[in-house]
Amino acid sequence: MEITARALWTLVHGMGFGALYLLACSGALVELYRFTSSSPSPESSAGQQRFLKIYLLSMVVLAWAAVLTGAYVVYPWYRAVPPSGTKDLAMFPQRLLMAGPTTIGWHSLGMEWKEHVAWFVPISITMVAFVFIKYGRDLKNHRQLRIAVLGFAAASFVCAGIAGFCGAMINKYAPVQGGHTIQLSHGEEK
Amino acid sequence: MNMSKSNASPNSPVLTNGSGSAAILAAGIGSFVLAVFACASDKSVAVRNTFVFYKPTGALSGVTTTAIVVWLLAWGILEGRWRNKTVAAGRIVAVAFALLGLSLLLTFPPVVDLF
Repeated sequence: MEITARALWTLVHGMGFGALYLLACSGALVELYRFTSSSPSPESSAGQQRFLKIYLLSMVVLAWAAVLTGAYVVYPWYRAVPPSGTKDLAMFPQRLLMAGPTTIGWHSLGMEWKEHVAWFVPISITMVAFVFIKYGRDLKNHRQLRIAVLGFAAASFVCAGIAGFCGAMINKYAPVQGGHTIQLSHGEEK
Repeated sequence: MNMSKSNASPNSPVLTNGSGSAAILAAGIGSFVLAVFACASDKSVAVRNTFVFYKPTGALSGVTTTAIVVWLLAWGILEGRWRNKTVAAGRIVAVAFALLGLSLLLTFPPVVDLF
């Protein structure tokens, strides 16, 4: 069993940072709503508030890690230009997608959308985390701020979902390949 | 926007809404600027070339870096002006949502193709 370095980085970007962010989103939305709209139970509120602050800060780190690895590690491999006369485009995912009438849309719509919409995620969740850390339970008394925090958190979920879906489909039709091969395990012949 | 200094009473919020409003509006501005830059670099070769800060990533590097700088600058300026004030948060939040909505539209390729 083996994996190439580029495939591993794509996995870290998408399944590591991106998917983990998406998983965290539903929990954050529920907790933000519950925390900023219900009355606190006196014995557990401080601990819960601290937990949610750490949870949101982890989401901020995941969101920035996802877009930065995507833009500066994986994307250059995706958009690499093949030398003229290259017949096998397997190592040039963007050109491979653009070469087929049934796959070109995954670049012209999927990647063109994903590469920009994904950046709304870290901007939104950074704001959400800042406002929650600053106001905490006091957000209950600021209705408009609470609506904005929940709205931007939901928007970050939608944007991360769009980026994740497009990324998964692009990698299905034109996976990023190459780099040195990492041996994960040696199979035994049966 | 209507602004006034905080006058906390036992039943009023502990913090003024200025700092939160600044962060929210800045997020809307940052998203919108990113969308406008992305749209501009898609439509103009000159703009696209200007935004190539890191060649392997292409114009995306400049579009996102510049938008992040504008976002953080806007946030810093608004925070400095509103930190200890009570502002018209309803209008600010509405503007922030409108900017976010426009940003989502402007980054959707079929909409970009209309220009």
